[in-house]
Amino acid sequence: MDIFAQQVINGLVLGSVYALVALGYTMVYGILGLINFAHGEVVMIGAMVALAAVSMLMTAAPEMSPLLMIAVAAIVSIITCMVLAFSIERLAYRPLRNAPRLAPLITAIGISILLQNIAMIIWGRKYKTVPELFEFDTHIIFGANITDLQVIIIGVSAILMTLLLLVVNFTKLGRAMRATSESQKVAGLMGININKIISATFMIGAGLGAIAGILVAGNYSVAHYSMGFMLGLKAFTAAVLGGIGNLGGAVLGGLLLGLIESIGAGYIGQLTGGFLGSHYQDVFAFVVLIVVLVFRPTGIMGERVAERA
Amino acid sequence: MFLIERARVMIADNRKFLWLGYALLLAALVLLPFLLSGTVGRTWVRILDFALIYAMLALGLNIVVGFAGLLDLGYIAFYAVGAYAWALLASPQFDLHLPFWAILPIGAGVAALFGVLLGAPTLRLRGDYLAIVTLGFGEIIRIFLNNLDHPVNVTNGPIGINKVDPISVGGADLTRTHEFLGIDFSGVHIYYYVLVLILLATIVTCVRLERSRIGRAWVAIREDELAAQAMGINTRNVKLLAFALGATFGGVAGGLFASLQGFVSPESFVLLESIMVLCMVVLGGMGHVYGVLLGALLLTVLPEVLRSSASPIQKALFGDVYIDPEALRMLLFGLALILVMLVRPTGLWPASSRRVSSRAQTNK
Repeated sequence: MDIFAQQVINGLVLGSVYALVALGYTMVYGILGLINFAHGEVVMIGAMVALAAVSMLMTAAPEMSPLLMIAVAAIVSIITCMVLAFSIERLAYRPLRNAPRLAPLITAIGISILLQNIAMIIWGRKYKTVPELFEFDTHIIFGANITDLQVIIIGVSAILMTLLLLVVNFTKLGRAMRATSESQKVAGLMGININKIISATFMIGAGLGAIAGILVAGNYSVAHYSMGFMLGLKAFTAAVLGGIGNLGGAVLGGLLLGLIESIGAGYIGQLTGGFLGSHYQDVFAFVVLIVVLVFRPTGIMGERVAERA
Repeated sequence: MFLIERARVMIADNRKFLWLGYALLLAALVLLPFLLSGTVGRTWVRILDFALIYAMLALGLNIVVGFAGLLDLGYIAFYAVGAYAWALLASPQFDLHLPFWAILPIGAGVAALFGVLLGAPTLRLRGDYLAIVTLGFGEIIRIFLNNLDHPVNVTNGPIGINKVDPISVGGADLTRTHEFLGIDFSGVHIYYYVLVLILLATIVTCVRLERSRIGRAWVAIREDELAAQAMGINTRNVKLLAFALGATFGGVAGGLFASLQGFVSPESFVLLESIMVLCMVVLGGMGHVYGVLLGALLLTVLPEVLRSSASPIQKALFGDVYIDPEALRMLLFGLALILVMLVRPTGLWPASSRRVSSRAQTNK
């Protein structure tokens, strides 16, 4: 088995999930200039709700086809997350839109703590195993193993990202979103309902997040109330790496971070002569981030913003 | 808050009252631990000790975030550096037992060095890019502490370092009970007094710094870096100084934490702790020394109050414990954060002169 090819495949799988979550961060940041710290928890809620829906369907309608089950669960989870994101924006961010910059950051942290503990109260502290609904085949390409599930994760992410790029670049909603992120004031003068656009942005991000949550839970076969924290952190890192506020940057940053992590984890031992082990996987990711930002202070694809006048 | 401000203005008119006020405050500070251990138990004195350490941390972070306006999400790293410096230099780990007056400056110095180390490569970064780099820095430090038990055992890995020496003066271990003037002072009481003294020194330093030339330079950079530069401020050095000084405070607090707790492990220095300290600063009133102090005390004491009351209140109301008390406590804590920020977006006790910064007004 080719280790390098294997790490690349693992990295791509990990990276496409990061990219999906990173899109949620970057869209909100692009429009509001706000780090939506609660996004990781929304992803977690997405995974948990889908899991709960599947287990409920399995007991209520065991003869239902697994594919339909997943579809129903996904729809329930996406809707839940969208409603959740809408309410979060409405209750915790909108009232603070003109407040000092760090105030919404603190409410975001508050929401994040709140959601994590609500999830813990509802679903308990234990890791939840994801029931195996399908038998996944394993294929071999370039001497590395790839399962159907991994193909699905990469495929679904790629389709969703393309869809999002199409929506943002070629629809009326997308144009309104881009205008709002340029300047809320002027966009408002052009007859765009800013509040609606911002809500829509949050909801689209949450929808993508819900799907990302389901994919992650499927990939690792477990879900847990604290799974959103690290995932959110990595995704945010990916968004910054690519240049926050830039959709293409988020995708690139996500894939890059996934690749760096898995290849780094695989080779860090050899590179340092066995001095550093794979525990240092996260160090590797953050060091790359810092180095990239030192040379490109606004990320890989970030715009070079002029100094404020 | 408003009343206190008003009272201060009134008192400031009359020096006699001013001294009376200080005397009363001093008496309250001296008597507080006895009052607590007499009514609600000695654990609360210990909680108070930790609250004082957090207050020191928050004041240190306030220099970076509040004064200089540099968002730091990895501040706990300096706390960790200070704590580990103390633990390595005064524990059976390497069989070193340096006295506290030697370790405290060393810990502070090492932390300051790390502050510059973090500050130097990030000088060009703005706002949220800086935030994520500092966050990464904090995680890097924690991961190293967690894994430096092989190939050479330095930090003992996830287990942490045990049996850290307490502060001892003239051979007297300050975590034991000592009799003084016929009164028994237990370890937590003595530590309380030590911490109060150091915290008072910290407060004085912060207030003096804020009014100094450097402090004004920080505020200028916070409000508009370009204009500050045009006014002849060496923004690079001044920013580095903010990082270094903030880190120093964190390092001192970390050392005191290690000596009070008696052991250190990487678990105490997770990202959530950085975020907590940031919450103290912002919730209390960014850039305002007394506001930050209030925020720190509130956010350390409130979770503890909730911890001890989460089960009994449920029992009294519903007859049984339905919700996991730990989850309920954090739930209420999160809710409190949100509500306070919604009601007072500039913090509980903001500096009176602090206007909404220009960054918030310009619509991106």
